[in-house]
Amino acid sequence: MFETYTNLQVYLAIVLAPLIGSVLTGIFGTYMSKRMAHTITISGVALSFLLSLVVFNYHILHEMPDYNQNIYTWLKTENLTFSIGFLIDSLTAMMLVVVSFVSLMVHIYTIGYMADDNGYKRFFSYISLFTFSMFMLVMSNNFMQLFFGWEAVGLVSYLLIGFYYKKESAIFANLKAFLVNRVGDFGFILGIAAVLMYFNSLDYVEVFKQAPQFKDAMIEIMPGEQWSLMTVICILLFIGAMGKSAQAPLHVWLPDSMEGPTPISALIHAATMVTAGIFMVSRMSPLYELSDTALSFIIYVGAFTAFFMGLLGIIQNDIKRVVAYSTLSQLGYMTVALGVSSYSIAVFHLMTHAFFKALLFLAAGSVIIGMHHVQDIRQMGNLKKYMPITYITSLIGTLALIGFPGLSGFFSKDSIIEAVHYSTLPAAEIAYYAVLSGVFITAFYSIRLFILVFHGKERMDEHTKHHLKESPWVVTLPLILLAIPSIAIGWMTIEPMLYGDYFKSAITINSVAHPSLSILSESFHGGLAMITHGLQTLPFWLMVAGVTSAWFLYVIQPELPGKIKAMFLPIYKLLENNYGFDQFNQWFFAAGSRKLGGFLSSIGDALLIDGLVVNGSAKTVAWFASVIRKVQTGYLYHYAFTMLFGLIVLLIYVLN
Amino acid sequence: MLTDINLVLPEIFLLVMISIILIIDLFLKDESRGATYVLSIVTLITTAFLVINNSPETTQLAFHKSFVVDPMSVILKSVSLLVVAAVFIYSRDYLVDRNFYKGEFFTLSLFGVLGMMLMISSANFLTLYLGLELMSLTMYAMVAMQRDSDIAAEAAMKYFVLGAIASGMLLYGMSIIFGVANSLNLAEINQAISVSENRLALSFGLVFIILGIAFKLGAVPFHMWMPDVYDGSPTAITTYIATAPKIAAFVMLYRVMVEGMSGMMVDWQSILIILSVASMFIGNIIAIAQSNIKRLFAYSTISHVGFILMGVITGTDNGYSASMFYTISYVLMSLAGFGIILLMSRAGFEANNIEDYSGMNQKSPWFAFIMLITLFSMAGVPPMLGFWAKVSVLQEAVNAGLVWFAVAGVAASIIGAYYYLRVVKVLYFDKPKDDTPIQASMDMRLLLSANGISMLALGIFPTSLLALCVDAI
Repeated sequence: MFETYTNLQVYLAIVLAPLIGSVLTGIFGTYMSKRMAHTITISGVALSFLLSLVVFNYHILHEMPDYNQNIYTWLKTENLTFSIGFLIDSLTAMMLVVVSFVSLMVHIYTIGYMADDNGYKRFFSYISLFTFSMFMLVMSNNFMQLFFGWEAVGLVSYLLIGFYYKKESAIFANLKAFLVNRVGDFGFILGIAAVLMYFNSLDYVEVFKQAPQFKDAMIEIMPGEQWSLMTVICILLFIGAMGKSAQAPLHVWLPDSMEGPTPISALIHAATMVTAGIFMVSRMSPLYELSDTALSFIIYVGAFTAFFMGLLGIIQNDIKRVVAYSTLSQLGYMTVALGVSSYSIAVFHLMTHAFFKALLFLAAGSVIIGMHHVQDIRQMGNLKKYMPITYITSLIGTLALIGFPGLSGFFSKDSIIEAVHYSTLPAAEIAYYAVLSGVFITAFYSIRLFILVFHGKERMDEHTKHHLKESPWVVTLPLILLAIPSIAIGWMTIEPMLYGDYFKSAITINSVAHPSLSILSESFHGGLAMITHGLQTLPFWLMVAGVTSAWFLYVIQPELPGKIKAMFLPIYKLLENNYGFDQFNQWFFAAGSRKLGGFLSSIGDALLIDGLVVNGSAKTVAWFASVIRKVQTGYLYHYAFTMLFGLIVLLIYVLN
Repeated sequence: MLTDINLVLPEIFLLVMISIILIIDLFLKDESRGATYVLSIVTLITTAFLVINNSPETTQLAFHKSFVVDPMSVILKSVSLLVVAAVFIYSRDYLVDRNFYKGEFFTLSLFGVLGMMLMISSANFLTLYLGLELMSLTMYAMVAMQRDSDIAAEAAMKYFVLGAIASGMLLYGMSIIFGVANSLNLAEINQAISVSENRLALSFGLVFIILGIAFKLGAVPFHMWMPDVYDGSPTAITTYIATAPKIAAFVMLYRVMVEGMSGMMVDWQSILIILSVASMFIGNIIAIAQSNIKRLFAYSTISHVGFILMGVITGTDNGYSASMFYTISYVLMSLAGFGIILLMSRAGFEANNIEDYSGMNQKSPWFAFIMLITLFSMAGVPPMLGFWAKVSVLQEAVNAGLVWFAVAGVAASIIGAYYYLRVVKVLYFDKPKDDTPIQASMDMRLLLSANGISMLALGIFPTSLLALCVDAI
């Protein structure tokens, strides 16, 4: 393929195919059938997927050199050029494959899930646009385009979360997602501005080349306070990542984003949007390696998110929410991996997670279809009888998520835990315990969900039960296709991705200061050895403990969870209220800013600006007009007198 | 001598045609008055054609240097002629509705145009005064033409008396200057002034001349006739008074101040600044209190005059071009504004009050839009023509170092924006008072549309007109 087409044509086709599909269905949707709409968009994404494989083959399997070219100058000022360009290396190639594959699965799945929805074509237009935005983000070779992709992803997620725009809670959720992301984006754009200010360029390569010179640079943001430049830049950029990748305390939008239709939850949680932050930090590894402070900050945030958000998963009763909190927790894992400079492990977990989380979400969607849009797991049970394919694939997804040895999640999660263990940063110590106990929690809530949905008594009403059946093939096919990489991708790729030369050009690690990955690679002796070794380690037994206790509580002694709940009611309440993040935000930020706005509006605007300055001067003018118009008496002699008076004044004026 | 005649050919043609129309009209019955109408328009257009066709490449003087033809005169004469032709087209229905469709209207207007052309081409105080009086006298008569209207008679009386005072003052000023310079020729006066020691007499004469010019332009404090005359005259005649004569007045200002008295630039600049600032503010402020749209336009004109003065005050060629550009823009806007009043009025209904325009958008969205363009242009909202006119004048003021002056102009414009927008609000957001549809002939509709769109088009592509004005000075 590369013989007949240039690289650029292929890259452009990858980006533009979903955009064209989106625009066509978006604008001409009313004139086309549903079939036409999904054919156009799916062909676009399928083309992107195929070409992504070609790119993958070219850059990774054939180890062709990286591609880095500006293709269009968007704006040129005296000493600044904003370009659109592509940087295609192993990191981008991998992201392209993951994003396009998951997106393609979601597209196909949507045919079944949204079949009876009025917004069918609109939905397809949005998800293709989402895919386009994510491609722009990962293929960028400069901060400006990265920011464009970043914002475009944010915008489309806003549209998608609020897809049912007549539903109050959906509007609330999408506004919340948008506002929370604005907070993150504010940090992000400040970071980009700092990069521009000190490096005088937005081009990755140029910035990375200059970065080491600034390692010890200090800046004074507040008088008398010296801060390390790299730390400031890295933390600001990371705040952006916290918004997109839902790290505490900017995670609050993600559970609410469940208001969107399920396919979009899969797309947001697995392949796009939330992975943007992880991807960005990995891409910026040459910068992050220069600041231990920023890395420690990242570790703390990630560890907090991984542990505490996992806990919340235990008490949820909405099938999608359990999976959503699991996403938060897993993103925490990835973030911790970033913090201990194991960028490749973070990206590795990002990839395996993309597959099994997309699988879990789509399976949850399949259950929701079967249950006629009942999402409460307390009303499910024993669905394995009715939905065998969903059952099997969910089992695979769940096992992958909890890190069952041999499945993809095992490799990535175990690597993270080990990497944290070997990190020399002080922050890693507490993070180690957080991610370790996270294993137990993950196993517990995942199995709990699985048991409540697929096993045990049938708690649904008769009507629902009567209609229960396996979902159509457009739904189950993506499940099966996603189940395959959920099983195998970890085993297949761990060696080249983590310990080979895979990310050599894309990721920079200062292995003297941050040795985790190199220590890990010394003790790595192939996938099989890792599995056998894994059976003897603490995480495995914690996982087993989690599974067992879930099994015990929900199969053997189903009345026990209620008692435990009653016993630890205060803690339960705390968890139920999401540690009070939402309440705090509502009280402090939402109500506070409304109060401040009200104050500024009534005092600042209505009284001072409108009342005194605007209306005041208007009134003065109006008053003056009403007075001065009386000069126009209508009497001829007054007029003539005015003329003479004017003449005399001018004469006096001139002759003096 | 032959070249001299060649240069005044358009004026001669116009005079001959007026005489012919005058005679023909005598023999026409009321129902065939259309012949006068058509003949008048043809005359105007042909004269404009002659003006453009006869334009010499360089400045040419004729009749002992008392008559000048230069690029500026060519442009402004043709604009004046075409504008008056447009006034005729706009006015026809109005005149027919009021039993007022008489030959006098046309012949008087045409004589007025002849006076304007004379003024535009004057290189001599005498030519100037001759043209001015020819124009003014016809206008006095026109205002009084509706003999059974008290308000028109009153307006005519005021106009005549005040105009006579102003003419007298102007003549007096000219005589003083003549006494010092010993010449009536503008170029010679200019030379004499630059060497003259007699500043006292010159300043004295200057003030009187400025009074005469300011009266014609309608600058504060010599503006008081304008609201009464605009309001009192039949709208067709107001349209005439408000448009083409302002071009002539601008030329008078330019010829006398720049070509005749540039040696006294510092003096006339300091006087005109007072008039300009006063005009911009008083015009815009009093306009706020108006409920009659013709009076509103009168005060709006006063404020526009302030801006026209601003460009001349800069004392630079670019400033003069900006003023000329402003004048042409003003005439186009004014023509459209009064055109809408003529369009809205019908037999027994004058459409003089702002509230008569309530909900015009529901009756005729298109012409409400034209009115919107006109008002926005007058207010100086981009991308309308009026915006560029204001910008170019303000820019020249800033370039000339008169920053405070430009700031005052902007402040006055902001005040002015209020009453224009108030009319827009009435057009679009108030409920119509009646549902009588707009009646107008197709030629008027088309021309008014073109007039309105021209303000938008020239606003989007202002360079051609601007370049024309820059080349003309």
